[in-house]
Amino acid sequence: MADALATAEPEVITIGNPLLLIAELTYRCPLHCPYCSNPTDIGADRYQDELPAEDWQRVFREAADLGVLQLALTGGEPMARKEIVDLVTTSTESGLYSTLVTSAMPFPKRRVEALHAAGLDHVQISFQHSDPVAADEIGGTIAFERKVKAAALTRELDFPLTVNCVLHRRNIDEVESIIQMAERLGARRLELANTQYHGWALLNRDALMPTRAQLEHGEEVVLRERERLGPKMEILWVLPDYYEEVPKPCMGGWAHDAILVQPNGDVLPCQAAASIPGLEPENVRDRGLKEIWFESDLFNAFRGTAWMQEPCRTCPINRQHEDFGGCRCQALALTGDAAATDPVCQFSPHHQVITDARREVAEPAPAGAEAVAGELPFVYRDLIRS
Amino acid sequence: MPIERPKLATGVRLHHDRVREQHVLLFPEGALVLNETAVEVLELCDGERSLDDIAGVLGERYEGADVKDDVSELLDGIGERGLVVDADG
Repeated sequence: MADALATAEPEVITIGNPLLLIAELTYRCPLHCPYCSNPTDIGADRYQDELPAEDWQRVFREAADLGVLQLALTGGEPMARKEIVDLVTTSTESGLYSTLVTSAMPFPKRRVEALHAAGLDHVQISFQHSDPVAADEIGGTIAFERKVKAAALTRELDFPLTVNCVLHRRNIDEVESIIQMAERLGARRLELANTQYHGWALLNRDALMPTRAQLEHGEEVVLRERERLGPKMEILWVLPDYYEEVPKPCMGGWAHDAILVQPNGDVLPCQAAASIPGLEPENVRDRGLKEIWFESDLFNAFRGTAWMQEPCRTCPINRQHEDFGGCRCQALALTGDAAATDPVCQFSPHHQVITDARREVAEPAPAGAEAVAGELPFVYRDLIRS
Repeated sequence: MPIERPKLATGVRLHHDRVREQHVLLFPEGALVLNETAVEVLELCDGERSLDDIAGVLGERYEGADVKDDVSELLDGIGERGLVVDADG
């Protein structure tokens, strides 16, 4: 058998073209959400030199030439970039379908009207909770009422609106009221995204992770409300992978559908990929998007299946072509090896770190000086902290 | 309920994907690959023409074929996803 392996043909990988460009325009943000998907070192020097607008405009044109259809203008808070209207104009001229992923702080009427005139296709506004006080406590700033006004403005201008709410142990019990809030706001879509434990969320994992009973209740409500609402409002329920026995196909496969550009121009396959040691991201200031997509070491590191270790390599349920071994960044964060099987997988030798985390939250919340109303305190996202 | 005077929902648009050489319907967080027939139908969904008007235009284009059921079925399918709505509704 060893001979057969040694003489095996090298794996042929067909690299398709990306469909989605995630443009992180800045890491500045008025919110301090403890589950932010940005890197925990957003305050580092490397992110302070933000890509000028004309470079972003070139990147958008290159993305369209590369086959990208959808553009997510995100951050941090994309409205913090004063050139946002010019960026949307270029997106529209390039034929991209643009989504503004915003905290809606700031969201001034004249500027939003200008975005509409520039051809912005879709607005997604984050909400932290349906209760104003709880929402502002989670986001770490006074924001709720302004978000409600911003949502009304998007409807006035006839933008399709998506409401996004990240779920965790402090808001998942109110999922019914969150759904009804989104309905009142006139949302076309509601994303109920159970926290994925990367970056800031991993720091806050014990304070965020719901119990299994909370999740089951949440899912039950979602199924019932979907039935009631029909096509009027689509409800997306993003599964919390810590309660799964098989890993999620992270980003639809490493460097398969999406390409992400950080505020400084570094290009990554996902939000957290900069954490992987030994694989330096390339930068759009030095090289074209197309060359980076097809040729960079970082993008090619985990394409196909040849990089896989056991148990993925000979997966007992032959699922490695479906889940691609799960999330590389989660494997790195929890096992120290980015090429390991995602420990969410029941066959991972490290699966116990997941079951231990579940067991801890299944127990009653600690009482004492540390606990706020019986809950662990959050570490809030902050530029200075890092 | 059948759609009588169809139009693309807000935030939904037709797009020619020149890299993959195909037509797609773009909408929030998604894309739907369209065949030639679907493109011809959707191009006529302007919120002015009725279902009968659309079937009439296409019937003429295809030498008098009766395409109303096909058009209706296609629009119901896309309508179920909220991508096409009734201009009168």
